[in-house]
Amino acid sequence: MATKILKSKRFGYAVVGLACAAACATAAFAGPNDNKLTIDGQEYVTELPAPEGSPFDTIYSGWRFRNEATQAMEMDDFDNPGFTNVESGEALWSKVDGEAGKSCASCHNDAAESMKGVRAQMPKWNEKAGKPVTLEQTINGCRENNLKAKPWKWESNEMLSMTAFIGSKSRGMPVKVQTDGPMKSWWEKGKKLYYTRVGQLDMSCAGCHEDNYGKMIRADHLSQGQINGFPTYRSKWQKLGSIHRRFKGCMKNIRAQPYEVGGEEFVALELYVASRGQGLSVESPSVRN
Amino acid sequence: MNVTRRQALGLGAGAAAVLVAGTAVVPAFAKEKQTADDAIKAFTGGAEAKSGKVSLTTPEIAENGNTVPVTFDVESPMTSDDHVAEVLVLADGNPRPGVATFHFSELSGEASASTRIRLAKTQNVIAVAKMSNGDFYMDKKLVKVTIGGCGG
Amino acid sequence: MAKAKPRVKVPSKAKAGEIITIKTLINHKMESGFRKDKKSGELIPQQIINKFTAEFNGKPVFSADVRPAVSANPYFQFKVKVSESGTFKFTWVDDDGSTYSTEKKIKVEG
Repeated sequence: MATKILKSKRFGYAVVGLACAAACATAAFAGPNDNKLTIDGQEYVTELPAPEGSPFDTIYSGWRFRNEATQAMEMDDFDNPGFTNVESGEALWSKVDGEAGKSCASCHNDAAESMKGVRAQMPKWNEKAGKPVTLEQTINGCRENNLKAKPWKWESNEMLSMTAFIGSKSRGMPVKVQTDGPMKSWWEKGKKLYYTRVGQLDMSCAGCHEDNYGKMIRADHLSQGQINGFPTYRSKWQKLGSIHRRFKGCMKNIRAQPYEVGGEEFVALELYVASRGQGLSVESPSVRN
Repeated sequence: MNVTRRQALGLGAGAAAVLVAGTAVVPAFAKEKQTADDAIKAFTGGAEAKSGKVSLTTPEIAENGNTVPVTFDVESPMTSDDHVAEVLVLADGNPRPGVATFHFSELSGEASASTRIRLAKTQNVIAVAKMSNGDFYMDKKLVKVTIGGCGG
Repeated sequence: MAKAKPRVKVPSKAKAGEIITIKTLINHKMESGFRKDKKSGELIPQQIINKFTAEFNGKPVFSADVRPAVSANPYFQFKVKVSESGTFKFTWVDDDGSTYSTEKKIKVEG
């Protein structure tokens, strides 16, 4: 890979290539740490023998690759800045919006009951749409069809608050996405995208998150790229962000043209990446660096 | 490791960039900004800030400079005659070194606080405590900030 | 941005003379004044929470003068020695002149 980058005529890449070559050559495998994630007395599954068909022996939540200062922020809901969004989401849940004069609560009542396990199964097959839908798309579908309200923008505060609130109702539950039946072809498509090298740096998801997880890529400790904690509060973003925002960031870093947020590629990729973490506890909203 | 011509060029460019920054940019910048030392002097009125009494807890390495947890604890009985009045927290490598000044009272019980701060690069975090009798104490901790990774 | 919403954690009960821990957080972007607008290239003006105060039964307990180096969603944790029941009032002051505040009661026994 390094030689390929060095062939680039652009000077900047030569430097990147060198940094990577040096990092890859010198960095020891640091691996995930052994800390246990406990929130409110409940222990979360952050490590699991890999599900069938997985390229790994063991799968790990991204939480295990963070240092203790970052980890601590997720271990107390008060310290977790994502919880301001959970609280906003709770307020939005029962707020009447749209021409139908309804709120989420009008149909779904108590989210603690009705939304339990919802995040864990996303993206989920939608019979009417004839395709899998993400949590964001499910929420907007409900807003447009049932509330007769305007859809929220994907990365808006409202959407992040709602996905954080709904996600929090699945905390501690195992990720369980459907990959068979009508989902099969979408899963295959996601898998293909995962292994396809793209961008000027000619890299795939697998190049980092499968082949080199646990190592340092320059200053970053590479995780397996699990998505069980989204939306996640990242120090880098200083706010919550969606899975698709994270995908986009990765693609930009490898100098690729990102796919469309909410588009078929990212939905398929979200499904495939979620399936690589089957059984890990949902941590939404998690905290990362 | 064999160094290719292009790698050598890359190294040269990096070194050149450091040189430029070192000779031209830094002194010009230093003139117009208050340094951490200036800020400490302004806070203590020129009095010496002794070591001891203050203990500062920071991560050795911050995964992202945007959110670095910092805790300080100052030894003091916290009575009306003998207490910690204020604690100044500084980051000596930020474009502006001031972070926050904390004010305590008789009701504080303990002179300790935690917050989360931004660090632009690897640098020292400094806490200076002003005691009710006019003494000053300080502690300093180096925090390595990892930036420029590939964290999307 | 959305209106800032304060969060505070104060124990509801304590013993007289006990030193309690208070945690506070407010959602605020803490615009540092050092960032440039990606499109226009202009510096985005500073807008931060510049002051945080905690009072107990009207008396100042703890406060912080805050500068842009405090992280987004400013978080403060501190201690208070309580000897009587009463009400805490927490106030955050924004550069734009707005203030946000919230109150919490504590019952002190013995």
